[in-house]
Amino acid sequence: MSNYSISIRPYGVHTVLVEWPNKVEEAILDDILLFMRHLRTNCLDESLWEMIPAYNSLTLLYRKDPIDFTTFSQTLQDWYSNKEEAVLPRKYLWKLPVCYDLDFGIDLMEVSGILDLSIEDIIALHTKSPYTVYGIGFLPGFMYLGGLPAELEVPRKAQPRPKVQKGAVGLAGKQTGIYPQISPGGWNIIGNCSVPMFDASKENPCFVNIGDKVQFYAIERAEYDLHKIEGEVGIYKLEKENWNA
Amino acid sequence: MLKVLKSGFFTTIQDGGRFGYLNKGVPVSGFMDTSSASKINLLLENEANAALIETTMTGPTLEFGKRTYICLGGAQLSVTLNNEPIQDYKVYKVEKGDIISYGKLKKGFRSYLGVKGGFKTPKILGSQSLYLPITSKNHLDDGSTVDYTMCELFVPKTSELKVDSFLNETVLYVTEGPEFHILSKRQLEELFFKDFKISNQNDRMAYQIEEKITGHKVSMLTSATLPGTVQLTPSGKLIILMKDGQTTGGYPRVLQLTDRAISILAQKKFGDKVSFKVLK
Repeated sequence: MSNYSISIRPYGVHTVLVEWPNKVEEAILDDILLFMRHLRTNCLDESLWEMIPAYNSLTLLYRKDPIDFTTFSQTLQDWYSNKEEAVLPRKYLWKLPVCYDLDFGIDLMEVSGILDLSIEDIIALHTKSPYTVYGIGFLPGFMYLGGLPAELEVPRKAQPRPKVQKGAVGLAGKQTGIYPQISPGGWNIIGNCSVPMFDASKENPCFVNIGDKVQFYAIERAEYDLHKIEGEVGIYKLEKENWNA
Repeated sequence: MLKVLKSGFFTTIQDGGRFGYLNKGVPVSGFMDTSSASKINLLLENEANAALIETTMTGPTLEFGKRTYICLGGAQLSVTLNNEPIQDYKVYKVEKGDIISYGKLKKGFRSYLGVKGGFKTPKILGSQSLYLPITSKNHLDDGSTVDYTMCELFVPKTSELKVDSFLNETVLYVTEGPEFHILSKRQLEELFFKDFKISNQNDRMAYQIEEKITGHKVSMLTSATLPGTVQLTPSGKLIILMKDGQTTGGYPRVLQLTDRAISILAQKKFGDKVSFKVLK
C-alpha cells in the first residue's frame, strides 16, 4: 500500500488532525483505516484516545493532557511512514431493508418528477450497488454514504422539514442516508429502513463501522411492519457478509 | 432520593462526559462549564467527573430525601436552603425534608449542584450525562426523582472556596482551527477587532453569534468537530459548537476555544457580549 502525503495540524490543545489528499476515494479511506489500526495496535492507548475517521481525515483526541504538538506530530509522521503492510480491518457488507411505500417515501413522487424516472427505476437504482460508509456523525448512527448513482442526484429540499421520521431514507446531492432518529432535515425522503441504526441499550450501539459497505433492498409494507415489531423488542436480525475476506 | 418539586427552565444531570463513541456520532456531552463543576466536586471531595445537577437560567426547587452534604456553584442566583440564603462554593449539610429553592438569576447562566458522592443515575454508554436520544430524556421534569447515597458525616478538608469568578469575563481565548488559513485579511479583522453578541439560538449543542462576518465559498469534506469549535458558514454566520454539538461537520472550523473559554461561554446568554483573542 502506497503512502500518501499527509498533513498534520493542531486542532485545539488536546487534538491533532491528520489529513489525506482532499478527495473522496476508497483507497484513501482504506489507508486511514490501516493507519488507525496501526495506531491502535502499536502506538496509542485506546482507552485514552478518541480516533475519528471521516472521508480524508483522521482526528486524534487525547483525553488526558494537552499534546505537545511539535513532538507528537513528528512521532505521528514517523509512525505513518513506518506503518506495516498490515491487513485491513475486516469490513462487512450490511444489507438493509427499506420500504419504499409511498406512506414512507413522502417525496418519491416529487423526486420521480424532478429526475424523470419512474418510482420502480428509482428503487432499482437505489438498491443496485453497495455504498461505502465514509463517516458517521451529524447524529448518533448517521452514516455518510458514498457511491450514489449519478442518475439519483437531486437537490436537497428548499425548505427543510422540522421533523423527519426515524429510519427515513433520503437523497440529497451526491448523498443518500438514513435518519437514525427523529430530527429536522432537508433531504428528499424516499423510504424507511426498518432496522434501527442506533441502539443505545447495546454495548456496540451502532453495528456499522466506517469503511463498511451498505446495500439497500426493497421490502413490502407487511415485512416492514414485522421488522418494526422485531426491532422494538430488540430481536431483529442483521444481514451481513464479509466484504474483503 | 432527591425530589424535583419544580424543574426550572432546563435542569439536567451531567458528568465529565461520554467518551468512546465519537466515531459513532455520539457527542461528548457533560458539564458545559467544567471549570465551575470541577470546583464543586473538589470541595465535596468527589471524583472529578461525579455527576452534578446543571441548571440553565432559572433553577429548580428540590427536596432532599436523606442526609448528605451539598455544594453549589457556577452562575450566581439567589438560592435558599429552607428559606435561608446559601452561598456558592461552600459545603452545607442537608437533612431529609430540606428544601433548596433557586431564585433570581444574578450573573452567569448555568449553575451546578453537587452532593457528596455524586448523583447516582444510570450510566448509559459509560456516562450519566443526559442527552437525547442516548437517554430517554435530556432534562429533569417536575416530580421526577434523582438518587444519591446517604452521607452521615463528612468533614471537608476545605469547607469554603473563595472563587475568582470568571462570570464577568468576555474574552474567549482561541487557537487557530484547522481551516483558519482560509480566512481573508478582512475576515481576520472582523473576527478579532469586534465584539459579538450571543444570539437567541444558544443551547447545549451550539451558540450562534448574532453578527455575521464576510462569508466564503470554501467547500470541504465532512470531518470531525469538537466542543468549542467555531464554524464559519458560507453566509458568514459563526456557530460555536458546545458539549452536545454534532461530532462531524462540513463548515470550515476557523477557531477552537480553549477549555476555559468554553466554560466562560457556557455562562453567557442571549444578548451578552464576547470577543475572540488568539492564545499566545
